[in-house]
Amino acid sequence: MILAIGSVTLLGVVLGLVLGYAAQKLRVEGDPLVDELAALLPASNCGQCGFAGCRQAAEALARHEAPVTLCPPGGKAVAQKLAERLGVSADLSGMSDRPKLADVREELCIGCTKCAKVCPTDAILGAPKMIHYVLSDACTGCGACIDVCPTEALLLEEVVPSIRTWVWPKPVAEAA
Amino acid sequence: MPLHPIKGGVHPEGHKAQTNAAPIARLPLPARLFVPLAQHIGLPAEACVREGQQVKKGELIGSAQGSVSAAVHAPTSGTVLAIAPYTAPHPSGLPLLTVVIDPDGKDEWADLHTPRDPFDLMPEEIAARLAAAGIVGMGGATFPAAVKLSTAVQKHVDTLIINGGECEPYLTCDDRLMRERADQIIDGVRILLHAIGHGRALIAVEDNKPEAIDALRAAARGFDPIEIVPVPSLYPMGSEKQLIFALLGREVPAGALPAQLGVTVQNVATAAAVSEAIRHGRPLLSRVITVGGAVRVPQNVEALIGTPMQALIDFCGGFTEPPARLIMGGPMMGHVVPNMQVPVVKGSSGLLALTARDLPETKARPCIRCGSCVQACPCGLMPLEMAARIRQDDFKGAAAYGVTDCISCGSCAYVCPSHIPLVQYFNHAKGHLALEHARERQAAEIRALTEAKKLRQAREAEAKRARALAAKQAREKAAASEKTP
Repeated sequence: MILAIGSVTLLGVVLGLVLGYAAQKLRVEGDPLVDELAALLPASNCGQCGFAGCRQAAEALARHEAPVTLCPPGGKAVAQKLAERLGVSADLSGMSDRPKLADVREELCIGCTKCAKVCPTDAILGAPKMIHYVLSDACTGCGACIDVCPTEALLLEEVVPSIRTWVWPKPVAEAA
Repeated sequence: MPLHPIKGGVHPEGHKAQTNAAPIARLPLPARLFVPLAQHIGLPAEACVREGQQVKKGELIGSAQGSVSAAVHAPTSGTVLAIAPYTAPHPSGLPLLTVVIDPDGKDEWADLHTPRDPFDLMPEEIAARLAAAGIVGMGGATFPAAVKLSTAVQKHVDTLIINGGECEPYLTCDDRLMRERADQIIDGVRILLHAIGHGRALIAVEDNKPEAIDALRAAARGFDPIEIVPVPSLYPMGSEKQLIFALLGREVPAGALPAQLGVTVQNVATAAAVSEAIRHGRPLLSRVITVGGAVRVPQNVEALIGTPMQALIDFCGGFTEPPARLIMGGPMMGHVVPNMQVPVVKGSSGLLALTARDLPETKARPCIRCGSCVQACPCGLMPLEMAARIRQDDFKGAAAYGVTDCISCGSCAYVCPSHIPLVQYFNHAKGHLALEHARERQAAEIRALTEAKKLRQAREAEAKRARALAAKQAREKAAASEKTP
């Protein structure tokens, strides 16, 4: 009797300690899936998806409350990756393969630097009263600059295919 | 020296007798020259001339941008008519920024750097001069020669392999160059050897070119570190990795550079261009190109960079019959010329007018899993498995089967009894994988920029608060000191 009580108590104490230690040592900071999804998103927090930022969008995605096609700057590539990670199938036919990036119409730019200030990725170069310039390598096409431009000098333009981004087309499948 | 048999390979019909007997002809000055600013691997050169500007022969018209790039020079004297996008000699048929030159017919040289004795130059100086001369690998890969040489010097390479394989059918431009300008090639090899500081040079030539071997042997007499090595005629012997294995028995690991094995490879035509650049200070302005197939006078022609393909065909007497396909490069690895106005560039080794009889059957049938492609692959890959995955857009699966190690030599497609366009599958997958890789890198860079901006904004806000606080304290202090007296 005493042996039984003793052994079960001991077992309880040991397991309790193990669990307590594990809870301290192996604590999970948030949902790891959210971290993974956030890593796939551009992190520019442009808000085009309707969420406050990429992190919040990732949380919604993890709860399956948002479609994988939510990110316009990420385009088809990001949507595909998100669908792959979440294990869902998505209709990507409506999404363009070609990303859209911001471009400055030089004849309209007055050099107010508003766009440069709001650009989340510092992709716009410009000094007061100088024509601004978009560094296309850093632009995610989030469109934040377009809303603040007082002269509508900024617009999103589809990237023209060039030799550097050209890929051999896939051959037509063999006859069965 | 003992050779090592390479894996796989095929024996396509050579068709070399068509052009290998006649000497290299010099093309008269064409009416217009179209010099693209991106004729090499890496970033395009940036135009440094204006429309309407007079240029001399050999003057810099495009300066190299970034670490892997090559300079571009005016092939003759004349006026810059335009700097505009023109269709590139590229399978996409997309435009490239091109400098159009209207030759004045005088062919006047610009002031060239008076060269010193090449053997007094330091390796860095030789690399700098090659970079200034815009020299790129002329075997077709067009990798900037100066970058390759600098890497070789850094890695203390001790074996210089000069590639005179020319295993592609039809092409004889390197063969003729070796026969006619052996001295120049050997001079270039000696300069390159001097640059790498020590070691030996192996000039590998396929044994179907005995005249070239004899000419090189005669020219190399007395230079002990240079050895001419006949290699068996087997396609793709002229591929860098295969040639290294054949000569040294060492395999270049996936994703590694030959320099890591202590080897560097240059083409024979590149060696000749090195001699021109270092001995005479002349930049790369022309190249020898084989014009073959269904043309009236098939021959090797030395053409200025920027010469439209039409001028080459006209010089060779026009077509004997309308070609089914015009190919730039060789029939195995070359690609279709988008139109007759595209120019000769630094990497153009051939212009072939192929008729329907010369072309393989194009109607592909299903794979019967015969495994011929596996036997033919010189890289030890399994083309049928890779193609099956790419067909389903499973590029990662194809990469796991090693598609990024494929050299696109076309041996698999050549032997395929079902005529499956295997190489096109692999090029498609490689393009996709490279693009995806670039996008991922760009996304990571953009993420870093975003984080940096957030940090900066937080810092600025903090600084503003601190300033406001300091101002407030100063005001209070001032008020307090006013009260005290």
